Amino acid sequence: MDDFTLPELKLPGDIPKIACGSMAHSQPYSAAPDHQEALGFPGELVEDWHDKAIAKFGEILDRQRALKVYMDACVKCGACTDKCHYFLGTGDPKNMPVARQDLMRKIYRRYFTFAGKWFPWLVGAKDLTRDVLDEWYSYFHQCSQCRRCSVYCPYGIDTAEFSMAAREIMDHIGMGQKYCNEIIGKVHDIGNNLGLPQKALGATLEDLEEDIEEETGVAVRLPLDVQGADILLITPSADFFAEPHVDGLIGYAKVFHQAGVSWTISSKASEAANFAMFIGSHDQMGKIAERIRDAALELGVKRIIVGECGHAWRVAYNFWDTLVGPFDFLDPGYPIPQHICEFTYDLIEKGELNFDKSANDHMTLTFHDSCNVARASRMGDEPGGQFKIPRAVVKACCNNFVEMDADTIHENTFCCGGGGGLLTDDLIELRAKGASPRMGAFEQVAQDHGVTHMVAICAICKTQFSKIMPMYGYEMDNIVGVHQLVSNALILDGQITTEEEETVDG
Amino acid sequence: MTAAYAILLYAGALILVLGLAVKIKQYASTPAPLKIPTTPAPTTTGGVVLRMAREVFLFQSLFRANKWIWLFGWMFHAALVLILARHLRYFTEPVWDWVALIQPFGIYAGFAFVAGLAGLWVRRIVVERIRYITGPSDHLMLAILMGIAASGLAMKFVAPTDIVAMKAFILGLLYFDWQPMPGDPAVLVHLALVALLMIVFPFSKLLHAPGVFFSPTRNQADNPRDVRYAPGE
Repeated sequence: MDDFTLPELKLPGDIPKIACGSMAHSQPYSAAPDHQEALGFPGELVEDWHDKAIAKFGEILDRQRALKVYMDACVKCGACTDKCHYFLGTGDPKNMPVARQDLMRKIYRRYFTFAGKWFPWLVGAKDLTRDVLDEWYSYFHQCSQCRRCSVYCPYGIDTAEFSMAAREIMDHIGMGQKYCNEIIGKVHDIGNNLGLPQKALGATLEDLEEDIEEETGVAVRLPLDVQGADILLITPSADFFAEPHVDGLIGYAKVFHQAGVSWTISSKASEAANFAMFIGSHDQMGKIAERIRDAALELGVKRIIVGECGHAWRVAYNFWDTLVGPFDFLDPGYPIPQHICEFTYDLIEKGELNFDKSANDHMTLTFHDSCNVARASRMGDEPGGQFKIPRAVVKACCNNFVEMDADTIHENTFCCGGGGGLLTDDLIELRAKGASPRMGAFEQVAQDHGVTHMVAICAICKTQFSKIMPMYGYEMDNIVGVHQLVSNALILDGQITTEEEETVDG
Repeated sequence: MTAAYAILLYAGALILVLGLAVKIKQYASTPAPLKIPTTPAPTTTGGVVLRMAREVFLFQSLFRANKWIWLFGWMFHAALVLILARHLRYFTEPVWDWVALIQPFGIYAGFAFVAGLAGLWVRRIVVERIRYITGPSDHLMLAILMGIAASGLAMKFVAPTDIVAMKAFILGLLYFDWQPMPGDPAVLVHLALVALLMIVFPFSKLLHAPGVFFSPTRNQADNPRDVRYAPGE
């Protein structure tokens, strides 16, 4: 691991002093030529990168209103300066949202505005040099596209739009990032981010079926590629084997079983994640989404349900229909697409699920809102359903629940520190420091209210915290998933209860 | 002098209007390819109008972000509205009743305007993070506004100018029947800075004024599952 010191955990609201250049060294590994070319990007930095970059920049400005407006609208009021978790965790002023945007805005001004062409010194316009490009590579890979800044900006300026555009420009001149581009390649080649082939996936699901039956005495199925199933489950591939994700997958399976619905996973589209969003490529995002539409058509399903994954839900909820819709072959009687929490919540509301809340009594829980669910999408019929519904599911499954500080939940939530395509070990220092605002809020409720576990609703959050929590003195399994709690507490029809088990063993 | 100022003010007004028209056309004609409202967001167009109204009139997001910036910023903008309304008396004959009614408030607004600007300027210097993001153009903008306010208040309280002649000059500009401009230094400074502000408006961060209405995170309804969003079709 790299040599760095963790920041001292602070209470919500504490702001660090600025430390210029403290994260200038943080850069992710570059994508290998093979991975670049597989996505149609140049293998390495092209000779005429300057002109190509400016041309691409202009092209994006002309096709994306958000970027165009946000380049002009910022008044440097400072509202966002203390809102980014990476700034709060590192003190590097270029991690203040406005300063991160300005890395791009100064180039915009120079090449695309009258003021920047004639009075560059007045408006901070700069030429695009190799140094600027390196700074882009560094700091646009220190934005997790969590959109917390956009909540507080008086004009709604969203730094995610900047970092997506910057990454797209860099991809097009041969400066891609290894983690994202390699993963996108795997989705195209094999069907999921982890490169898990169909056979292995089938075997994994069978093992899980055995585990569940052993534990509960009920034959809960995890079907793969079942033609004519009603529901297609699209879930992040981490759910197939990573901890604690897999316990959530068991939870979904138990809920489907108890609801008596027919469902299936697809080996062709065995991945909900769509990392193309992180690199700002609408082309790639459409291609990845297309697999899911194709799988749904081939299997002849009537509904699509999306598992616990933050950015995947944003893409599914907001972008699928625009990119690869219409999904008019699905049953319009259900939300298209539907979140697994919405599905479970509906059953709870109808009283169709029975829980033994005491199964989660060994934990006192708090809920970590995932950014892409909280600030970029919705669940249910009302604004804010994305806060209410997962909490309602959690509370139905446990007796001990405490909220974290109000400035760190709902749309004010802090990113886990690993979102936006940064969940890679070459950025571990950034991830550890960027998690500190969330960990500070967690520590506060841990000390004041005896909270032991944090519940998340996103595969990236779960992976990030199981890595980061031990650094801050907690256990890696202090992070749990919503449907992991459901799995613990749900009483299946015909399930062997603990007392019965004791009698049998007795 | 009258001719020079007449031309300067015409040019300023022309650049302001044409520059803004060009910018607004650019914003409006650039596609918004995807749904990106910052949620929770309203699910209906009516809700979006209300959200935008809360942003434009109350600075809702800024209020949540930072109470000091909100206080100074809102005070300055609200005062600006009153001041502009008060100035309508120089452009209308006879003066509209409501304009006559708000005259005294316009005066208080002059001081609130200066206080708000001063607060924002002090923060630019004193708060480390905001000093870091402040550039020469940010100071220039505050200086122009402060200069306009100071020369305006000077005309009222320090060296009163001939406002009857002033009004004749402005109405003359409106009806293309030029009348002599009062030559007091405060008037010269005031009008020159106003012209400068109009000229820089379409080339500067003052574009936040039209920009906010075109911000997709604020002006889109959160309804992608109910209404197909297909801007390209």
